[in-house]
Order: sequence, then C-alpha cells, then structure tokens
Amino acid sequence: MTYTIDVEGLTKSFGPTTALAGIDLQARPGTVLGVLGPNGAGKTTAIRILATLLRPDGGRAVVDGLDVVRDAVEVRRRVGLTGQYATVDEDLTGTENLVLFGRLLDLPRDEARARARRLLDRFGLAEAAGRRASTYSGGMRRRLDLAASLVGDPSIVFLDEPTTGLDPGKRDEMWRTIRSLADDGTTVLLTTQYLEEADALADEISVIDHGRVIAHDTPAGLKQLVGGQTVVVRPRDPDLTTAAAGIVERSTGHEVDRVRRGVVTAPVADERTFTEIVHELERGGVAVTELALRLPSLDEVFAALTRPEAVPA
Amino acid sequence: MIAHSLALAGRSLTKTRRNPGVLMDALILPVLFLVLFVYLFGGAVAGSTQEYLQYLFPGILILTTVLAGQIATGMSIVVDMKKGVFDRFRSMPVSRSSLLVGSVLADSVRYVIAVVVLFGVGYLLGFRVETNAAAAAAAAGLAIAFGFALSWITVLVAVLLRDETMVSTVGFLLPFPLVFGTSMVAPAETMPDWLRTWADVNPVSHAIDASQGLLLGGPVAGPVAMMLLWGGVFLAVFGTAAVTAYRRLT
Ligand SMILES: Nc1ncnc2c1ncn2[C@@H]1O[C@H](COP(=O)(O)OP(=O)(O)OP(=O)(O)O)[C@@H](O)[C@H]1O
Ligand SMILES: [Mg+2]
Repeated sequence: MTYTIDVEGLTKSFGPTTALAGIDLQARPGTVLGVLGPNGAGKTTAIRILATLLRPDGGRAVVDGLDVVRDAVEVRRRVGLTGQYATVDEDLTGTENLVLFGRLLDLPRDEARARARRLLDRFGLAEAAGRRASTYSGGMRRRLDLAASLVGDPSIVFLDEPTTGLDPGKRDEMWRTIRSLADDGTTVLLTTQYLEEADALADEISVIDHGRVIAHDTPAGLKQLVGGQTVVVRPRDPDLTTAAAGIVERSTGHEVDRVRRGVVTAPVADERTFTEIVHELERGGVAVTELALRLPSLDEVFAALTRPEAVPA
Repeated sequence: MIAHSLALAGRSLTKTRRNPGVLMDALILPVLFLVLFVYLFGGAVAGSTQEYLQYLFPGILILTTVLAGQIATGMSIVVDMKKGVFDRFRSMPVSRSSLLVGSVLADSVRYVIAVVVLFGVGYLLGFRVETNAAAAAAAAGLAIAFGFALSWITVLVAVLLRDETMVSTVGFLLPFPLVFGTSMVAPAETMPDWLRTWADVNPVSHAIDASQGLLLGGPVAGPVAMMLLWGGVFLAVFGTAAVTAYRRLT
C-alpha cells in the first residue's frame, strides 16, 4: 500500500521544548486523515514540516512519494496549506489575493483570473470578491484562506484547525467544503481539537499528545476505544435526578458517571440504548430539559486513552 | 523569479496605495529637516539662508532616499513574517529571494515620490540646480540606488529579529550617524577631530559629495565611483546576508 502522506519517526525540538517526539502518520490517497490533539500537542509543527516550512530534526516525511526535505521544491508544487491563522492579505480584495497566488504559481494572467473567479464562486465569496479582505467576517476569511490554498489545484491539502473560531453554521459549511475536496480525490490532512470534527470528516484519526501518537484508528474504532458515546439527561425537576439516574443505569447496565447539578451522564454502547432510555424516561414520567447523545470530549478521549483499563479486551 | 518578484512588488504597491500613511514618514521627515536647517542654521552657518539651501539640498536628497528605504521596507517584511503571509508564500514554489526582492522593489516607487516631492519643495524654497537637468536626474537616480542598497541593512535586521519595535528603532536611528556624520550640514573642517575622522571614512560622505557635484558642479567622477562602489558593497553584504538568513529560517 502506498500512502500519499507517509511520516515515520518525525522529531523536532525548539530549544528545550520537544514539539515532536517521533510521530508516525499515514494517509491513503483521496482520504482525510484527522490529527487530533490538545494545545501544544505538536499539530502545527507537524504540518509545518510537511509543508516544507520547517526542517525536522529526525525521521522521515514523504508526501506524494517525495521527501519533504530533499524534494522540497517539488513538494511545494503539489501541496496546499491553510495555516491555523488566516493569512490572506487584508489590504487586497478577494480576487486580488487569489490572482496573486495564481501568478506565484506561474499561471498565465487570464488563467489566474479565471481560477480566482471559480474559487470565489465555489466558496460563496463572489459577491465580496471586489472588497478588501479586511472587511470580511471571520468565516469569509477562513474560506478565502482555504480557496487560496486550492489555486494550484494541489493533490494534497493541509488544514490546520480549519474551523476554530467559526460559529456552528459556518463550521458545517466548512465541513461540507472539506468533504467535497476529499470526494474529488484530494488527500487531506487536517488537525483539530474536537473529536466531533474528526469524527465528521476523517477516514482515520491519529490522536497525538506531547508530540507522540497515542492512538490511531477509524472514527468508529476510536469511539469504541474510548467508551463510545455519552448520554446526558437533565430532568426538569431536580428532585427526579435520582429516578433518572436509576433509569439510565438500568438501561445501560452501567453505573452513571456522575450526578452533578442535576445532570446525569453515562456511557452508552450504541444508539439503541439511547432510544430505550428515552422510552423509559417517558414511561417513568420524568420530564427532561436536556437529553442528548454526545461524543466524548477531547478530555475524555485522553482520560480514556491514558487509563490502562481503557484498552479494549 | 523575476515574474514572482514583480507580482509581489505589485502586491506591496497596492498595499501602499491603500495605506498612503506609510508614505508620510518618508516624505515629511526630509522636508522637515530641510526647512528646519535652512531657516534655523542657514544664517549662522553660511551667512544667508539661500546659500545654505544650495549647500544643504544635495545631502538632504541622500537623507531622503536612505530614510525612505530604512523605515518602511523592514516594517512590511516583519509584518508579513509575523502574520504568516510569508509562510504561506514559502509553502509555494516561489523562490525565497523573490519575497524579499519584491518588498524592496515596491519601495522604488516610494523613493521616486519622495524625491519628486523633495525637489518640488526645494524649488519653492529657492533651490536651483547649478548644473543641468541630466546631471540632476543622475543625482536623483544615484540617490535612489544608494538608498535601495542601504535598505538591505534593515531587511537583515527584520529577518533576524522579527520585531517591529527593533526594526523601527534601527531604521529610524541608523540614518543619523550615517547621514549626519558627514559634511551634509556643515563643512567637515568645522568638526571636532573624532567626528571629522568618522565623516572621512563614512561611506555616505561619498554619496553626498557625488550629489553635490552633480547638482552644484565640482568633482563628479571620483565621488560617484566611490558611491557606486559602496552601494555595491552594502548590497552584496547585507543583501546576501538577508537572503541567506531568510533561507535558513526553515
Ligand atoms: N517556533 C517555536 N519556538 C519555540 N517553541 C515552539 C515553536 N513552535 C512550537 N513550539 C512549541 O512546540 C510545542 C508544539 O507546538 P505546536 O504549535 O505544534 O502545537 P499545536 O498542537 O499546534 O497547538 P495548538 O492547538 O495550540 O495550535 C509547543 O510546546 C510549542 O510551545
Ligand atoms: Mg497549532
């Protein structure tokens, strides 16, 4: 199996800080690899090395069969990078930004203009095309930033926390865009701090912490590994919390995690259990103000992954 | 690489056009010095403000181009590096030197504007070229080339330190010992020994001599040769150092 992105034992230190302590990452062609990790885990460092902006101290990083150190120039022709912070030029208009990138990629002027127009259309920026980017909202800047990394039609795209700071509506929009990229055959490596995002977008997820990969799996596998999903129940009447906890315990066959400020949470293995809980709450006459099935937060993922007994039997 | 440098220079120009404020430093300061010196010291130094204006103007021309290059070029580079704009470009198949060259090239427009304004103000105050138009054009062109060569000093500082405050301090302070430590304001004979020694070895002295020769008459060939030589040295040393330092950022 050849991987489009193939990283082995990559290390990088900044003075006394070890940003990457030897990570391995693999992505198959046309798939989305999610790199999930908390602040300071080394996500940006890894992306910067893959995008040829930083030299690794050790290990190997191969993109599209090319070594990012030895064949840096050729790698730059094939990858698109959208950094953690939008880097579009605020003094230029949307069109000017994209045309500049086209010119830097040696496209003829007409072709650069045509591509800029297509991308602006595709990202819903056609109307704002002639305005300076300084007048764009955060979501528009992000989209323009992503569009800029696609001007050269790259076969590999690196996205560093593409939805941080976007409201839920804009985030869903960005998710759709990213998925459509992969559907078109682009290999995407994206970093995120949210399991929910990795779950929505990635074919496979590598969880990293302190510069190491601590888990690698499909989203389904990872959710299994960290105990699946969590049911959250908040009875309208706080006095019924104990009753609700009893119902949840009977349905899940597990003790509830904690009963805090009138909220009951417990791990659930599958959606059927959730349906059963809903049913039982109704039968027991427990009215609720909140009833949800949610994915573990990053904290819970880490708690689970670093807890020895979390390793599945 | 030339096409890339031009594309990037175009970007910087558009930015300057939309933020004309950055031009102001480069325009106002030299004109301010010209007016101040002529009317404050003119009478005392040369006996008449008019005569002093003739003496001072060629030096102010050099000051103008040096200041124009020092302040803004380094600043725009630091801002681009901090905001990640350069990183974005660096992840593309764009030669690293064109990023710096583009910024510096865009400044040539700023030099031209500053020089035109200076000649305009000089004319209004009563400055007259004593040679001919071709010599005056040569003086302006050489001054711009010299300012360009020196601007690589702050580019180097910008690349190495990546700090706006440091860059603006260096860019603002550096022109003073360089440009004022010459016979620009007053003849070197009136200076204390230590300052005269500095004025004698100071490369900017040659530039000012050349500028005086071209605008007012007098020896031209020698000073111009020295000015070009020194400009070449600055360009070679600081330009190479800046590009090398920038490449090594990876
Ligand atoms: N240029 C640098 N100089 C010094 N230390 C650095 C540098 N870049 C990163 N680091 C350090 O390396 C570690 C990893 O940083 P990195 O930016 O890769 O994390 P991240 O996973 O992207 O975090 P975040 O989610 O906050 O963006 C951190 O401890 C950071 O402080
Ligand atoms: Mg980061």
